[in-house]
Amino acid sequence: MNRFYVVLAGVAVVLAVGTFTMLKSGGSAPAAATGAPPTVVDDGFRGYSQGSGDAPVEITEYLDFECPVCASFAVIQMPTIKEQLINTGKVHWRYRDFPLPIHRYSRFAAHAAQCAGAQGHYFEMQDQLFLNHQWAQTGKDPSKLFRELAKASGVELTAYDQCMESGRYAQRIEFSRQEGDQLLVDGTPTFYLNGKKLNFRRLPTSDDFKAVVDSAIAALPPKPRPSPNRH
Amino acid sequence: MRSRQAIALLALVGFFIAVYLWLHALGYGGPLKCGTGACETVQSSPQAVQFGIPVAFYGVVGYLALFVVALIGLRPAALADRQWSLLLAGLSTVGVLFTGYLTYLELFVIHAICRWCVGSALVITAIWIVSLLSLRSPATRIDRGASRPLPDRPA
Repeated sequence: MNRFYVVLAGVAVVLAVGTFTMLKSGGSAPAAATGAPPTVVDDGFRGYSQGSGDAPVEITEYLDFECPVCASFAVIQMPTIKEQLINTGKVHWRYRDFPLPIHRYSRFAAHAAQCAGAQGHYFEMQDQLFLNHQWAQTGKDPSKLFRELAKASGVELTAYDQCMESGRYAQRIEFSRQEGDQLLVDGTPTFYLNGKKLNFRRLPTSDDFKAVVDSAIAALPPKPRPSPNRH
Repeated sequence: MRSRQAIALLALVGFFIAVYLWLHALGYGGPLKCGTGACETVQSSPQAVQFGIPVAFYGVVGYLALFVVALIGLRPAALADRQWSLLLAGLSTVGVLFTGYLTYLELFVIHAICRWCVGSALVITAIWIVSLLSLRSPATRIDRGASRPLPDRPA
């Protein structure tokens, strides 16, 4: 019997040390606002998305939260796109981070959105960041404002603060940016339709998206019709 | 006795898996060590929080309860007592049902699988099987007199 408790204690020590080590090594990620992390880990995450997973068309948007064009697109065009294309089941819309180096707080904003997303409030936080986009023009440290926006999005602030301080999603954001680099993203917002880059001459409107989506759906091979039941 | 020892060991493993996921949910540490799995997708989904509490916390409480009950059941005075085996089977059945629900969410709602969650599911399933088998086997008998040498009978 005593031998069993020795084994049990040994297993407990090994597991405790292992858990502590994993947490400590994970926590070495730098704070989100300090820039790109030294290492990048693929955590399997491929962006928050809206719409049916069975939609015939998937559009991936690479965005930068500090980019004014991304903000105007999100505020002006996206409501119509959601109504006409996403809510109708035609499009599955995926958001990927592509923080541009010229923007001081875009990583920080992307991180705030990810921390809100960890609590199931990514889209609310994204709306707040784009609707209150004056933070991107002042040049001031937006951490206090982001906290207020997070609260307005329904985020629990204790967990949010811990998430931001630990830079928990810094590597995820950098992974997304590197992925964008590989796909030759050259600005924001950049869109891909079923993996193919969309080239617009100007900032696209909801009508532009409706046209390319309808065209893509029309070009899809027809679904096989179910054969009629024979009796 | 062996089954309760096995349950205590398995519950300890499950406890530390749940603690790791729970602390991560609270914001400690960086990204989950997940290899090529989709742990972050699962952990960052709305389904990772049930009734306002991170799902992993239910695991912490559940595994701790199993561990404590198994240890109590391992006391010499409790070894022959069947109620501890029944309690372990009841607790692990609740755990297996809850894990089944979470696995359903992973497969059909979140469409992603977390390796740590799979690990926890395997642990609780093993505990459940061991606890059910222990109900079928006869209770351990502690008969202090049985080990004493019988007195020689007079011829």
